[in-house]
Amino acid sequence: MTAFLTVIILVFIAVAIWQMIKIFDLAQVGASNSQVANDQDNKLNAYLMIGFLIFIYAITIVCFVNWGDLPLMSNSASEHGPGIDNLMIISMVIIFIVQTITQFLLHYFAYKYRGEKGKKALFYADNNTLEAIWTIIPVIVLAGLIIYGLFTWTTIMNVNEDDDPLVVELYAQQFNWKARYGGNDNTLGKANVRLINLDNANILGVDESDPNAQDDVITTELHLPVGRPVLFKMRSQDVLHSAYMPHFRAQMNCVPGMITQFGFTPTVTTADMRQREAIVDKVANINNIRKEKSKELVANGEEALEPYVFDYLLICNKICGKSHYNMQMKIVVETQEEYDAWMAEQKEFKNSLIK
Amino acid sequence: MSTHADTHEHDDHGHHHKETFVTKYIFSQDHKMIAKQYLITGTIMGVIGVLMSLMFRMQIAWPEEPNVLFEALLGKWAPDGVMDADIYLALVTIHGTIMVFFVLTAGLSGTFSNLLIPLQIGARDMASGFLNMVSYWLFFLSSVIMVISLFVEAGPAAAGWTIYPPLSALPMAQGGSGMGMTLWLVSMAIFIASSLLGSLNYIVTVINLRTKGMSMTRLPLTIWAFFVTAIIGVVSFPVLLSAALLLIMDRSFGTSFFLSDIFIQGEVLHYQGGSPVLFEHLFWFLGHPEVYIVILPAMGLVSEIMASNSRKPIFGYRAMIMSILAIAFLSTIVWGHHMFVSGMNPFLGSVFTFTTLLIAIPSAVKAFNWITTIWKGNLQMNPAMLFSIGFVSTFITGGLTGIILGDSALDINVHDTYFVVAHFHLVMGISALYGMFAGIYHWFPKMFGRMLNKKLGYIHFWVTAICAYGVFFPMHFIGMAGLPRRYYTNSNFPLFDDLADVNVIITIFALIGGVFQLVYLYNFFASIFTGEKTVQNPWRSTTLEWTAPVKHIHGNWEGEIPHVYRWSYDYSKPGHDEDFVPQNVPLKEGEEELQH
Repeated sequence: MTAFLTVIILVFIAVAIWQMIKIFDLAQVGASNSQVANDQDNKLNAYLMIGFLIFIYAITIVCFVNWGDLPLMSNSASEHGPGIDNLMIISMVIIFIVQTITQFLLHYFAYKYRGEKGKKALFYADNNTLEAIWTIIPVIVLAGLIIYGLFTWTTIMNVNEDDDPLVVELYAQQFNWKARYGGNDNTLGKANVRLINLDNANILGVDESDPNAQDDVITTELHLPVGRPVLFKMRSQDVLHSAYMPHFRAQMNCVPGMITQFGFTPTVTTADMRQREAIVDKVANINNIRKEKSKELVANGEEALEPYVFDYLLICNKICGKSHYNMQMKIVVETQEEYDAWMAEQKEFKNSLIK
Repeated sequence: MSTHADTHEHDDHGHHHKETFVTKYIFSQDHKMIAKQYLITGTIMGVIGVLMSLMFRMQIAWPEEPNVLFEALLGKWAPDGVMDADIYLALVTIHGTIMVFFVLTAGLSGTFSNLLIPLQIGARDMASGFLNMVSYWLFFLSSVIMVISLFVEAGPAAAGWTIYPPLSALPMAQGGSGMGMTLWLVSMAIFIASSLLGSLNYIVTVINLRTKGMSMTRLPLTIWAFFVTAIIGVVSFPVLLSAALLLIMDRSFGTSFFLSDIFIQGEVLHYQGGSPVLFEHLFWFLGHPEVYIVILPAMGLVSEIMASNSRKPIFGYRAMIMSILAIAFLSTIVWGHHMFVSGMNPFLGSVFTFTTLLIAIPSAVKAFNWITTIWKGNLQMNPAMLFSIGFVSTFITGGLTGIILGDSALDINVHDTYFVVAHFHLVMGISALYGMFAGIYHWFPKMFGRMLNKKLGYIHFWVTAICAYGVFFPMHFIGMAGLPRRYYTNSNFPLFDDLADVNVIITIFALIGGVFQLVYLYNFFASIFTGEKTVQNPWRSTTLEWTAPVKHIHGNWEGEIPHVYRWSYDYSKPGHDEDFVPQNVPLKEGEEELQH
């Protein structure tokens, strides 16, 4: 299939080159042999500049129409999420305006002022007023963006310990995630990779003698109660990883030898998020794609793909080795009762050790 | 401010000792030959780098499907034509390394700094021809080592071009972190030595060897760009060298600069007290200025080519110089924006957001000045001009998204996604490449005495322009959907299944764009031998290199070096019959040198 596709593309390209040389040849009739652009070249390329401007606008529109309504840009599931999304939208609008205008000026001027024999350009070397204008306008716009950005950033990064956040450790290793909860005392026991003991299943290197560690709970799924602030403490045992939770607009690297942190408050339960229109549409669309793909797979005697159900995910976003592309953990946001029920089923650290 | 370069003439000129094949073509000390050597080595590395990108793009679009190309090129790394996950990361890593350092640093800056600095300032050669030769051959050696590293048993370096430890430090973490990474580090250490020798030479040459009348404010913007680039290189490359040396110590001599508390494959390693974040600081202290080391020379070339082909002075010459200086200064205090989520103190994040967004101001000034330069011009649409306009276009498109990535709050969610890939490829990859192509089309006659074919040039530009947008514009959107970069396949995330189509479209554009570079390669190599012979000043430019004879002679000019009487942008100046006045033409009586 791929080979066939490649051949088709090569043939197409060969034909395209041939055609284009012909077009340029026709445009050259009567020109001298010189390889310096003449009036016909200027004209042809000037028109192509306008064509290219249209192409840029077209690709912008196509991209926004097809892929601009990404649920990941809206429908954030954390308290600080809408703040980031708003800032993102404002930035995008500014970018969009500047992009549209400057690309127009650039390509339109390239068209309008195409060279002609005998024409003379305007000797125009300087204008302090103009330059002051296009220094000051960006200064003002950027000052606004910087101030808004810094407020947003400070709000996100300043974790308020008075809110009594749920403390959860995210533990990264090649190529999976673990979560450790502080237990009833909401305090994590001390830990260091030097204390890892695979013989008694102390896989996170938790200090077995630390009283705070006894009721810690280690899980392979991350459950969070909705509406309660969570403070994540990140650790890694081997290489750099990055704990990326796109739906919550949250990310922090996990660094061997140090503990990093990030805090947020989940606001929408998994169940509620699955009901949202945008998510329902997205899931339906993905399942259609998977169904089509499954047909092909079944025809080849392979297993069909499982239907997709929406879940929040924690994914690794810092290159960490061979299976970097499959390092993920499911995140479940649920009501306090559901969370308590789930937590009650988990084993405490002291009981999880093999004696 | 005049210099004494021409007061102590090269007396031996005209009757110097006979050159052998070896001293003329191989161990040459002539800046023009060294420029060509840089260009051709850079081109070869570029072909390797682009080929790699096409391979991993095919893997992303059609994951885990057998591909004849993989089977032929990757050998044991693609059993039955299916690409291995390790080699995928290696391809991504080496592609980045080759394109950033070997093509866009050495290939771009090395070629044009060498070619243009002596010719445009009116010097017989570089300050030290010998160091210049050593610089090229160190670059060549580092290229050879980098290519050799592709063939080691456990695979080439695969920790990403940023080679963050511990992944890059521990052979047990990844196959490529063994011999492959050792060779990578050795190659880069040699590369840095080469770059430093080159940069010192450029700086000394620009300061000391300008011809009579060539004051700093009469210099073409190309020279300003090369000069400032060299200064940034001298300031920042040594820091990368120290990072590489410390990493070598950690890897081979048991030190713990970057490593601490590591448990891998069932055992605790002895490292204690180091920090990977320290490496990130050292790396990006070079890594970010490196972006400007790549883009400033391209900006210089584009400014020169735009003025010449618009038959108009560059608009705001002084503002252009000021913005180059501002960008250079700011570039050294923004590295932390690569590290917003590295675990660095969030307050530092605020500081780096502030400094980073400031860079948008001089960048905007430059963009508006280029647009004003073509306003009311008499645009000669030579291929070099098309690439220059293309440069401004991609620089704006790519640069604008920097406003998002430089904002720490927004970076949280798009960090290390395809949004970043799209951003930096447009703003520094494609733009710098356009700058390089523009330079090649413009100065090919100066280098080889022949012209490149313009029809092929047009085809090359238009297809490349469409494909560049086709590849990198949609890429922003898969990034905003949260797709992380450097994933071998996305098939483990049904969440991203609806992005598979976009990836196929991107890859098809990449393949077409990649294959069309063959048009350029053919044009380049065929024109060296069969291109139309050039006249002395084919583009009717004002700068000094076009006053030198077409045939290369050692020492650049027969007889005396021309003196300079005006700035380099007297295009369409009122009161002159021609629409350009070369720099070596004295002012007419009563004529004012307008710009000062």
